[in-house]
Amino acid sequence: MLKYLLPLGLFAALLILLGIGLTLNPREVPSPLVGRPAPTFTLPRLDDPETPFDSAEQLRGRVSLFNVWASWCVACRQEHPFLMQLARQGVTIYGLDYKDTREAGLRWIERLGNPYRAVAFDAAGKVAIDWGVYGVPETFVIDKQGVIRYKHIGPITPKDWEEKLGPLVDYLEKQP
Amino acid sequence: MTAELGQLALIFALLMAAVQAFFPLAGAALRLPAWVAVARPAARAQALFLAVSFYCLVQSFVVNDFSVRYVAEHSNSALPLFYRIAAAWGAHEGSVLLWALILGLWTAAVSLFNRALSEIFTARVLGVLGLVSVGILAFILFTSNPFDRLLPAPPDGNDLNPLLQDFGLAVHPPMLYMGYVGMAVPFAFAIAALMSGTLDIAWARWSRPWTLVAWSFLTLGITLGSWWAYYELGWGGWWFWDPVENASFMPWLMATALIHSLAVTEKRGAFKVWTVLLAIFAFSLSLLGMFLVRSGVLVSVHAFANDPERGLFILAFLGLVIGASLLLYAIRAPAVKDHARFHWFSREALLLVNNVLLVVAAASVLLGTLYPLVLDALGLGKISVGPPYFGSVFAPVTAPLFLLAGIGPLVAWRRDDPARLWRQVRWLVPISLTAAAVIAALWFRVGDLVTLAFLATAFWLGATALLPWWQRLRRREGWRGLRQPAGFYGMTLAHFGLAVFLVGVGVSNHYSVERTVRLAPGDSAELGGYRFLFQGVRAFDGPNYGADEGIFEVYRDGERVAVLRPQKRFYRVQRNVMTEAAIDPGLRRDLYVALGEPLEGDAWSVRLYVKPAVRWIWLGGLLMMAGGLLAAADRRYRTARATAAVPVSVNATA
Amino acid sequence: MKWGIALLALLLALPASAGIEVRQFPDPELETRYQNLIEQLRCLVCQNQSLADSNADLAEDLRDEVYTMLLAGKRDAEIVDFLVNRYGDFVLYKPPVKKTTWLLWFGPFAALGLGGILIWRIGKKRRPEPPPPLSDAERRRLEKLLQDHGSDDS
Repeated sequence: MLKYLLPLGLFAALLILLGIGLTLNPREVPSPLVGRPAPTFTLPRLDDPETPFDSAEQLRGRVSLFNVWASWCVACRQEHPFLMQLARQGVTIYGLDYKDTREAGLRWIERLGNPYRAVAFDAAGKVAIDWGVYGVPETFVIDKQGVIRYKHIGPITPKDWEEKLGPLVDYLEKQP
Repeated sequence: MTAELGQLALIFALLMAAVQAFFPLAGAALRLPAWVAVARPAARAQALFLAVSFYCLVQSFVVNDFSVRYVAEHSNSALPLFYRIAAAWGAHEGSVLLWALILGLWTAAVSLFNRALSEIFTARVLGVLGLVSVGILAFILFTSNPFDRLLPAPPDGNDLNPLLQDFGLAVHPPMLYMGYVGMAVPFAFAIAALMSGTLDIAWARWSRPWTLVAWSFLTLGITLGSWWAYYELGWGGWWFWDPVENASFMPWLMATALIHSLAVTEKRGAFKVWTVLLAIFAFSLSLLGMFLVRSGVLVSVHAFANDPERGLFILAFLGLVIGASLLLYAIRAPAVKDHARFHWFSREALLLVNNVLLVVAAASVLLGTLYPLVLDALGLGKISVGPPYFGSVFAPVTAPLFLLAGIGPLVAWRRDDPARLWRQVRWLVPISLTAAAVIAALWFRVGDLVTLAFLATAFWLGATALLPWWQRLRRREGWRGLRQPAGFYGMTLAHFGLAVFLVGVGVSNHYSVERTVRLAPGDSAELGGYRFLFQGVRAFDGPNYGADEGIFEVYRDGERVAVLRPQKRFYRVQRNVMTEAAIDPGLRRDLYVALGEPLEGDAWSVRLYVKPAVRWIWLGGLLMMAGGLLAAADRRYRTARATAAVPVSVNATA
Repeated sequence: MKWGIALLALLLALPASAGIEVRQFPDPELETRYQNLIEQLRCLVCQNQSLADSNADLAEDLRDEVYTMLLAGKRDAEIVDFLVNRYGDFVLYKPPVKKTTWLLWFGPFAALGLGGILIWRIGKKRRPEPPPPLSDAERRRLEKLLQDHGSDDS
């Protein structure tokens, strides 16, 4: 009897896995960089080509968000107001303007407001490759030691912040 | 009005399916002849309602009724009529309706042609098919209604995805669904047989032609899909091991196993339980494919719009249909008596090996397709499983299959003598090897072991397929030896098709050459002994697109062999750019040109391919399909109807 | 949030026009390696396409990376590592053999072995009927015969 129940058992297991599969997003690829020191780079700042954005210096000593965005990205526009709100709450946000033109990037900041402490300008998208960016917007949470602790793919919504990013940032703030 | 009529017909079809499921099944269980008699008329009525409903959907497309949301989203007034009709099944909602319609047609066909089996058995088959219909129609009405209105109606529609505006893809889904859905028929036969309790061989015999026809359509559907991907996706491949392709390939492998196993069950009464299980698996994999394609759990080039709610519905449906079937199997199978015995070297034993190999092959494809999902669901990371994996796992599993397919038909039932067989085929081994080497050396000048193995296997298969005919011709001294049942012809043809397919795969995989070049008008590039002369690009105006059309003259030894006109199209409504490759087809080789990007000046980046024997791949598929249809047309399946044989016992085994 | 990503994917990946770029290679062997590499690496933003098959922006950039690294004399393994370090195993169409993929890689062959055992067992069970059991008189005769010959047979 048991061997005749085997197909049913296997099928039930498959069904459960498929059910779990329905709740997952197949497009979200976890980053191998989480838990590792953030890749270092030096790029010109968006607002001033002469001033360098030195990641080793900036992304260290305090908990920060590193937000990859672009003026041509529709989802970034949707995310932007919430970033403004976070900045007002005192969250440190750095930006990486990805494969953009300087004028378009600056116009965006001017028109929609600037939530960023500083924005690095990555016209060629090379730094973004080092960070494993595959779609904008993406946001990395970086701790005081400059280690990447989390990567959020897609626009941050208030719900994401409440459930995942906010608590993590609070926790990291309390660490030495 | 038309849309409402379609909607109404759909609701009636659902009610009729419920009637078709309930009364015959209950009638068969309670021995109520009046209820059993409901089966046939209900099945036909359901099919009729579905036909009306589908006609209404097509009509909405034909008259550009953009107040129907589905039409507005997938059609446009500038779309040519042929594609407007094909657009009816170009996206999720309409394609499920097509699925349901085809199920209705299969059901009606069973109600018309299945005269050989008892009324009760037929009623059970139709009842099971009715249950499947209920699920699918409820799915359409509750989650995917193509008749939903969109008010206010937009002035024009969104247009059909340009990828689908193509003859190959217009006819591919109906053929594929004929195959997928056709698997429901042997499934219903198997379930009905389990319900009756006694798995006598009559059900095996009478589900054979249905299985063969469904398998043939599935073969044709997959072949068309592969052909379409080759010329339309624009990069010359013919199989990508994409989850959606795998979703069609798994039921095909299982159905192939089923065809062979049915032969043993019918001829020798063996493997009854196994055959039933295969019939359940083949249809399960059809439904699983539907889930994978439509739920969004996997990322695929061909996937429909994702919707977890639909996914959940299909999953529940899948769980009910397959779960109940496997439960019934677990209850009934242990009581089945299977006394047939055979020697280790016999047709039965070889078909058993065939079945194990095909099932392992299908399981490997399933494993590779679902593995990323499973790892993710268990929180063990994200991986991709692609062509390199399938290539290295699939080949060793199927290689013995091809070699055995050669000798299988030459071995006798029950018991045979290996030495006798060896005497018969031994000279075919060196002949196959020599022929492969000679062809490889003459045709392509260079030889390599993998291609040689492919060619030798193909010759072996071809030669062994023809051997019985040759022997009959000699032994019986005349053409009378060739008077064999259609089933035998069909099998030979299908195995021969497999050989042709292998030639195509082996040769085109290894000897295809490609080059990406920058060409200005007047420039030419050499590839594989051909010279491609670029004459320049001109504007081309299509019905709903504009295009840049490149003109290439192809020369071999100074002689012009073809003029190719690849296009780069811009579809105005969807604002999509598409490369439309130009192909000069031939049995020997395909010349294939795809237009890339405009570069500085008048130059363009261009990709050129020369693909030897690639057409044999689809030719092989077509031969296999023809073999299946020929076998299904065997007289036994028709004449015996008149003698209306084998009554099926309704008594469960005590 | 999901739709945001879907939208993004739409923007980044328009299927059905393969990335066709002209690249110069110092020798054909390098070109073959390039072609192999980009066919085995997965484009992250696309609908299941390799870097070779996609015309998405990111795929183009990554092809550039691969090309540059090849010209710089990097080995294939180094290039693959470069991408895996940034994007994870997901970029590999040929998943690495490790604990979590043992079932994937060895499962089919294990199934084949299992199938083999199954065939063997069925074959044994289904062997044609042995001759009918011997009568007592026959058995006595057989035993006698065996005793006579037994020593040199076993």
